[in-house]
Amino acid sequence: MSAMLEVRNLTKHFPIRRGVLRRVVGNVQAVNDVSFDVGEGETLAIVGESGCGKSTIGRTLLRLLTPTGGTVALDGTPVMDLSDDDMRQMRRQMQIIFQDPFGSLNPRMTVAETLAEPLLLHGLATRDDVAQKVADLLETCGLQPWHAGRFPHEFSGGQRQRVGIARALATRPRVIVCDEPVSALDVSVQAQIVNLLKDLQAKFGIGYVFISHDLAVVRHMASRVAVVYLGRIVEEAPVEELYATPRHPYTRSLIAAAPRPDPAMRNVRAPVQGDLPSAMNPPSGCAFHPRCPLAQDRCRSERPELRQLGKARVACHFAEAEPVIETAGEHRQSDALRQRLAVLEAAREKEKT
Amino acid sequence: MEQREAPLLDVRDLAVEFHVGGTVQRAVQGVSLSLNRGRTLGVVGESGCGKSVTSLSIMRLVPQPPGKYAGGQILFDGQDLLTLSESEMRKLRGGRIGMIFQEPMTSLNPVYTCGHQIEESLSVHSGLSKKAARERAIEMLDLVGLPSPKSRVDDYPHQLSGGQRQRVMIALALANDPDLLIADEPTTALDVTIQAQILDLMGELRSRTGAAVMLVTHDLGVVAQTCDDVVVMYAGRVVERAPTADLFADPQHPYTVGLMAAVPRIDTAVGRLATIPGTVPPPWSKIAGCRFASRCPLASEQCRTQDPPLRDLSPGHGVACWHAPIEVAA
Ligand SMILES: Nc1ncnc2c1ncn2[C@@H]1O[C@H](COP(=O)(O)OP(=O)(O)OP(=O)(O)O)[C@@H](O)[C@H]1O
Ligand code: SF4
Ligand code: SF4
Ligand SMILES: [Mg+2]
Repeated sequence: MSAMLEVRNLTKHFPIRRGVLRRVVGNVQAVNDVSFDVGEGETLAIVGESGCGKSTIGRTLLRLLTPTGGTVALDGTPVMDLSDDDMRQMRRQMQIIFQDPFGSLNPRMTVAETLAEPLLLHGLATRDDVAQKVADLLETCGLQPWHAGRFPHEFSGGQRQRVGIARALATRPRVIVCDEPVSALDVSVQAQIVNLLKDLQAKFGIGYVFISHDLAVVRHMASRVAVVYLGRIVEEAPVEELYATPRHPYTRSLIAAAPRPDPAMRNVRAPVQGDLPSAMNPPSGCAFHPRCPLAQDRCRSERPELRQLGKARVACHFAEAEPVIETAGEHRQSDALRQRLAVLEAAREKEKT
Repeated sequence: MEQREAPLLDVRDLAVEFHVGGTVQRAVQGVSLSLNRGRTLGVVGESGCGKSVTSLSIMRLVPQPPGKYAGGQILFDGQDLLTLSESEMRKLRGGRIGMIFQEPMTSLNPVYTCGHQIEESLSVHSGLSKKAARERAIEMLDLVGLPSPKSRVDDYPHQLSGGQRQRVMIALALANDPDLLIADEPTTALDVTIQAQILDLMGELRSRTGAAVMLVTHDLGVVAQTCDDVVVMYAGRVVERAPTADLFADPQHPYTVGLMAAVPRIDTAVGRLATIPGTVPPPWSKIAGCRFASRCPLASEQCRTQDPPLRDLSPGHGVACWHAPIEVAA
C-alpha cells in the first residue's frame, strides 16, 4: 500500500562559499536522509528547534528548493522528475502556508484579488463565477464577505493567517505544508486557527505536513510526529505513542523543557545543557551526544541508524535503556477554570440562538 | 500576603498614550501594580495589551514623541520616576534597575566586546577600576554560565549564539546588583531547551541576589513556573491580579479563563481547543465600558457603558469585572 505523499531519503545540502572567488569550501547538511509518509486526511508533524532543518524539509519536498537527493511522490507520481510545465500543474495539489502570512501576501492586492489569482490560473473559476468562489473560500475560512475588498495591512495577524489558508485552499490541494502557521499568533487566536485547520482537514481530506517548534500545538494537530535534530529524523511515532513513551533523549528533553501552566508543578529544570551545535560542523557519531546525559563512547563514533521499535522509529543506540530524562506527568487544570469555562461557553451558545 | 513593607515598585494609575497620525492610542490606561523586594511579578497578556509599554515606562524609555506619559505615578523606593530628570534616570538604568529584553541585540552594542560593555557599566555605575571591572565582568559571565568566560569576554555579540547572548545580557543587567530587574520576554526568542536553561539561571540568580523581578511574558507556562504574583493585562488595562497559585486555582476574569483554556496542553490529549472568538479592539477605539465586552458572553448593558474597576474579591486577588465572581452551578 502506498501513501498519498511519500518522501524518501530527502537530502538538501547548501554549499558554503568563501573568498572573492566564492569557492565552495564545504556544505551545510541542512536535511539528511529524511523519509516519511503522509496519508489522506492525516497530519505528519515535523518538530525541532530553530535551525534543525524543518523549513528546508518543507520547501524541498515542494520543489521550492532543489533537493540534493531523494524522491517525493504524490499519489504515485514522482514529483522531482516532472517537467516545469507538469510541475506547475502539480503545484495545484501541493500548497504551503507560512508563519508570517504578511510576508507572503501581496500588499497591493485585495483579498479578493489574492484569492482569485490561483482560481483563474488553474482554471478552477471563470470570470463569471470567480466572485462567488472567492466568497465561498472566505466563508470556509471564517472571514466575512466585506473582507474581500480589504488589503493585507488592514487585517490582524489571525485574519491574515485565515487569508493565507484560504489562498492555499483555493486550488483544492491534496497536501498543504504548514510552516509554523500559528507561531506568530496569540494563544486565543492560535486556538482558532488550529481548530480551523482541523475542520478543513476533516472536510476535504487534506494531508498536512505541519512544521512547528511547539510540542503542545503539535499534540493537538498531529496524527504522527517526526522529531528532527540537525537535519535528521531522530524519532518518529504515532502521536499518542510519542507523548506517552518518548524514547529518544532529545524528544524527552523537548517534552520536559516545556513550561507547564501549573504552579503546583514547577517542572522547569533544564533537562539538557549546552547549545544546539552548528549544522556546518556537526558532532561526530550521534549529533546529540554533546548534550545527551546517556552518551557513551559508542555514541561519539557511530551514528545511530533510524530503526523500527514497535510502532516508532528511533535513532538512538540506547533507545531500549531506562530513560534518564524525566518528562513530568499530567498537570492539573483547576476545577474553577473548568466550571467557569463551561459557564462562559453555555452563555456563548445562548447568544448564538 | 504581607503588605506592611513598603513596596519597592509601586505603579499607580499609569496612563501612556501614543499620538500617531491624528489618533490617540491609549496603550496603557489606569495600570496599577506593586512589587516587593525579593518577589517576582509576572505581567501576562497578548500582543499589544501594553505589557512592554508598562515595562518601558518604568525605565522611562517610552519614545516621546509619539509617546506621552498621560497620568499616574511610578514610585521606585518611594520616588516618582516620572518626575526625575533624564540624567537621574540614566543613573538608575543599568544601576539599581537592570533590564533584559527579548532580543539581546537591542541592548548589546554590536561594535563592542561583551566584556567591554559590562566593564563600562561597572565603571559608570559602581566606579570600579579597569582591572576590578574586568575581573568582575569575567566573574559575571561565569556566573551566568557562559562557557570559558575568560576567552569569551573578548567576543563580540555576533560571535555568540542566541542563548549565549541572552546570558551576556543577564550578566550585564545584574552586574551592578540591581534592586529591580525588568525582563521583557527574556526567553521568547529562544528554543525550548535553552529557555529552560535561562529560566533556571534567572531563578538561581534571583534567590542569590534578592532582586525583585518584573517578568513580562505572553506565556502562562512561564508565569506558572517562575512568578510569585501575576498581573493579567487586556487592551491596556489590568483585568486581574493575584498570587500565582490563586490565579491558576481560581481564575475569575472571563478573559483570564478564556486565555488559560486556550493554551494547548502537552501533557494530555484533549479534543477541540477552547477559543476566545473575536479579536482585541484596536488601540484607537474609544470604549466607554469594559474593553472585553465585545468578546465576552456575559456582557450586560452595564458592561458596555461603565468601565469596571479592579476590586479585591479576596485579599490580594483583584478582578476588573462587573459580574465576578462568575456563578457556577453547585
Ligand atoms: N512607539 C510606538 N508608537 C506608537 N504606538 C506604540 C508604540 N509602542 C507601542 N505602541 C502601541 O501601544 C500598544 C501596547 O503595546 P505594547 O508594546 O506594550 O504591547 P505588548 O503587550 O508588549 O505586546 P507584545 O506581546 O506584542 O510585545 C499597542 O497598541 C502598540 O501598537
Ligand atoms: S545515541 Fe547515544 S548520544 Fe545519541 S541520543 Fe542515544 S544515547 Fe544519546
Ligand atoms: S465586566 Fe462585563 S463584559 Fe467585562 S469581563 Fe466582566 S462580564 Fe465581561
Ligand atoms: Mg512586548
